[in-house]
Amino acid sequence: MTINVNRRTVLGAFGALTISVVLPGHKARAAVLGAATQPPLKPENLSSYIQVNADGTVVAFWGKMDMGQGTDLGVAQMVAEELDLPIFKVFVQQGNTATSINQGGASGSTGIQQGGTALQSAAAEARYQLVDMASKQLGVPIPDLKVDDGVISSLADPAKSVTYAELIGGRFFDTQLEWNQKIGNSLFVKGRGTIKPVADHKVIGSSPMRRDVPWKVMGSGDYVVDIKVPGMLHARVIRPEVAGAVPVEVDATSVKDIPDVQIVREKGFLAIVAPREWDAIRAADQLKVTWSDSTPNFPTQAGIFDHLRNAKSVHREPGEDVGDVDAAFAGAAKVVEATYDWPFQSHASMGPACAVVEINGDRATLWTGSQKPHFSAAGVAAILDMPSENVHGIWVPGPGSYGRNDAGDAAADAALIAKLTGKPIRVQGMRKDGTRWDPKGPASIHTARAALDKDNNVLAWHFESKGFSRVDVNSNESATRDTLAGQLIDTPLKPGVGFGVPEESYGFPAKRKAWETVAPLLDRASPLRTTHLRDPVGPQIHFASESFMDEVAYAIGVDPLEFRLKYITDPRDIAVVKAATEKAGWQARTAARRQSAGDGKFKGQGMSYAQRSGTRVAVVCEVEIESKTGRIWARKFTVAHDCGMIVNPRQLTHTIEGNIVQAISRSVHEEVQFDDKNVTSVDWETYPILDITETPETIDVVLIDHKELPPSGAGEPSMRPVAAAIANAIFDATGVRIRQAPFTPDKLKAAGLA
Amino acid sequence: MFTDSREEDVATKEIQLNVDGNNHVITADPEMPLLYALRDDLGLRNPRFGCGLAQCGACTVHIDGQAVRSCVTPVDSVGVGKVVTLAGLGGGNGKAHKIQTAFIEEQVPQCGYCLNGWLMTAAAFLEANPNPNDGEIRDALSGLKCRCGTHYSIMRAVKRAARA
Ligand code: FES
Ligand code: FES
Repeated sequence: MTINVNRRTVLGAFGALTISVVLPGHKARAAVLGAATQPPLKPENLSSYIQVNADGTVVAFWGKMDMGQGTDLGVAQMVAEELDLPIFKVFVQQGNTATSINQGGASGSTGIQQGGTALQSAAAEARYQLVDMASKQLGVPIPDLKVDDGVISSLADPAKSVTYAELIGGRFFDTQLEWNQKIGNSLFVKGRGTIKPVADHKVIGSSPMRRDVPWKVMGSGDYVVDIKVPGMLHARVIRPEVAGAVPVEVDATSVKDIPDVQIVREKGFLAIVAPREWDAIRAADQLKVTWSDSTPNFPTQAGIFDHLRNAKSVHREPGEDVGDVDAAFAGAAKVVEATYDWPFQSHASMGPACAVVEINGDRATLWTGSQKPHFSAAGVAAILDMPSENVHGIWVPGPGSYGRNDAGDAAADAALIAKLTGKPIRVQGMRKDGTRWDPKGPASIHTARAALDKDNNVLAWHFESKGFSRVDVNSNESATRDTLAGQLIDTPLKPGVGFGVPEESYGFPAKRKAWETVAPLLDRASPLRTTHLRDPVGPQIHFASESFMDEVAYAIGVDPLEFRLKYITDPRDIAVVKAATEKAGWQARTAARRQSAGDGKFKGQGMSYAQRSGTRVAVVCEVEIESKTGRIWARKFTVAHDCGMIVNPRQLTHTIEGNIVQAISRSVHEEVQFDDKNVTSVDWETYPILDITETPETIDVVLIDHKELPPSGAGEPSMRPVAAAIANAIFDATGVRIRQAPFTPDKLKAAGLA
Repeated sequence: MFTDSREEDVATKEIQLNVDGNNHVITADPEMPLLYALRDDLGLRNPRFGCGLAQCGACTVHIDGQAVRSCVTPVDSVGVGKVVTLAGLGGGNGKAHKIQTAFIEEQVPQCGYCLNGWLMTAAAFLEANPNPNDGEIRDALSGLKCRCGTHYSIMRAVKRAARA
């Protein structure tokens, strides 16, 4: 097979976007429909979401982003479905502030759940409008028309027909939608058109090929790192070896041997620019800087969890009790209690972030890999003192994104350097900028207690989390206080507070789920500032809550699956738990089995389950542990996943597989190291992630399709139950209960592995 | 107060490169990694910076058929070696190598930023070992990074390419 592809041909259909002349269809129009020029990009305008090109293809403008899970393809499928078009005729344009309303960017696994359903609703209205136009043009009442592949024809006389292209191709819908007045994730629009009954679905539920895969595999398209602008200079931001230090003296003579280098400095911010990238890198390395003294208030690495236990809470969210929790504990025959710890983790995206900013008078353009380009453009505007509508944000695929990573900081860096130099600026970090200096997933401690009666029934469950905030810096970079550059030019900080609670349906008679957060470490430009990292706080919370369910089960001599099935109340939760355990061949037990896998290895099986914003996931994990070294191999994963209606089964499966691998990595390897001066995880040696030699040999995915339910998210839910399933399997294999992640050989030994 | 500094001398020279079948002459610091010659002097966009430390593979190219990490390969050390990038792996003109075909058919990448490492390393490996078992594939690809966690798809695709 020979595949000849480049990105231009795939995007070719977008060429029509710029055509404003009306191309005649092969039949004359009865009336000129739609608008000749595009109505303004406003949330209530149908044209802001759906456009029919002159050739009859359709572009859907999406204000969310695909980070490589094929979410944009899923959205294209939803739009194609409502417009009765084959998938190859529908394209999604994403991540451009000039062509998309801000639907929140990639956020909270809502790409399909909220962003897709909004576009689906807009597409249903577009179809309604098109059929209405056809009815008038053909003189056939609406109920007597059918739509097929973009052709609207009379049921009675198929020769009476008109195509979408003939009706409005190359022109613009000029009607309005009912808009719920929200911008971001929860934006929704609705017209008179209603979405199709599920029974009629042809495109939803199929697995067409992604459009971005060929150019990525062939090396023929642009990532954000490939963007070049005439006159552009390469920049590197220079950050201190001791966190919190700011430059006091900069010795320009130390880089005078490198051509055309310029030093850029404003308050605590220091960068170097050069026309050639290699020169900027060398100069950054060579520049002699005297830094201020700084003594960051970091606890020791080993003392981080004690720090959390002892730190004053800055905010507490007590949650709403179910039943009388205190009375249940007061009257309990037995109390089971355990605490769990989760470290800081890094996004450690595949490459350090990059951004390009070009200023033109009172306007600017940003090219970014940030998953929230609308917010990123607003952040650039704030640095440049421009109204946000003056900054055109363009997303270009970046080196991976799993939340608020260093991409947000790179955009602000590029903006500040462009402002200070007056030149178009491309900034990219070095490896340590992506690992040491990215905003971190918060470290946390969790306490779980269960009150039992004399017959071992659970009377109450009490779950507490205490951690760094998930929004010490916000989950988007629209405010200068939330970026390193902004903080270094003295923007007053305002750390947010946020954490979370387990999502489950255990029907214990009494429940309390609460959380509290502590103050950030180092009040500005901290390498340990915390924010959203894929499934924000989900992995840590469910590591604790679902490890604890096993602990309670074993404490009362009940099989962990039987225990869960006794208490879980939600039928869809029960269904995923049963599906995963049946597929995996669950082996009931009431104590750790310590089975030999030969060669001095033990093997075990563990499970866990969680909900996330409507989605349910249950996982079963089989591990092997070398008893001598404590090395773990999560050999097999079985995942049962219910996210309502499935749009694209293959992409859903791949998304789940990717979550499982990344979650295993975070469970067994990942912990940001630091000392009293700075984060010392600076590269892949000091921040290891899962190697292909450690990847499961089997990941079995069971998809449960609820066509009658709206789709919920899939980008993150399967991340959250993984750590507990591994910990529970480790217990089955060894009898050792690991309550601190990551499950490294050292921690396993500390937990008692002999 | 503390001070960071490092002294270096900079001199540039003319260096010849053969990349994806084309000859080029560039003027550069001989110590400059090949990656920057490819990206900046030749304007190629596919080898990418991931770590600059030979730890991830994002910058991988072939030199005379061997997978090499261009981020730590001084440009002057390439000599008459024939450099092939991902874009030239299938012979140029947008033709796909069988490993690329397999990665497309298996729909492997998420962000795809890591792909040079996996594709270039797997292509060279399959040349040397056309019928590998799972363990051999894993060992050959060990050390490459994929932060999105597409490893399981990668295994499927390499096996598919081996069968092709
Ligand atoms: S960029 Fe060369 S190995 Fe990472
Ligand atoms: S696909 Fe994103 S790093 Fe591999």
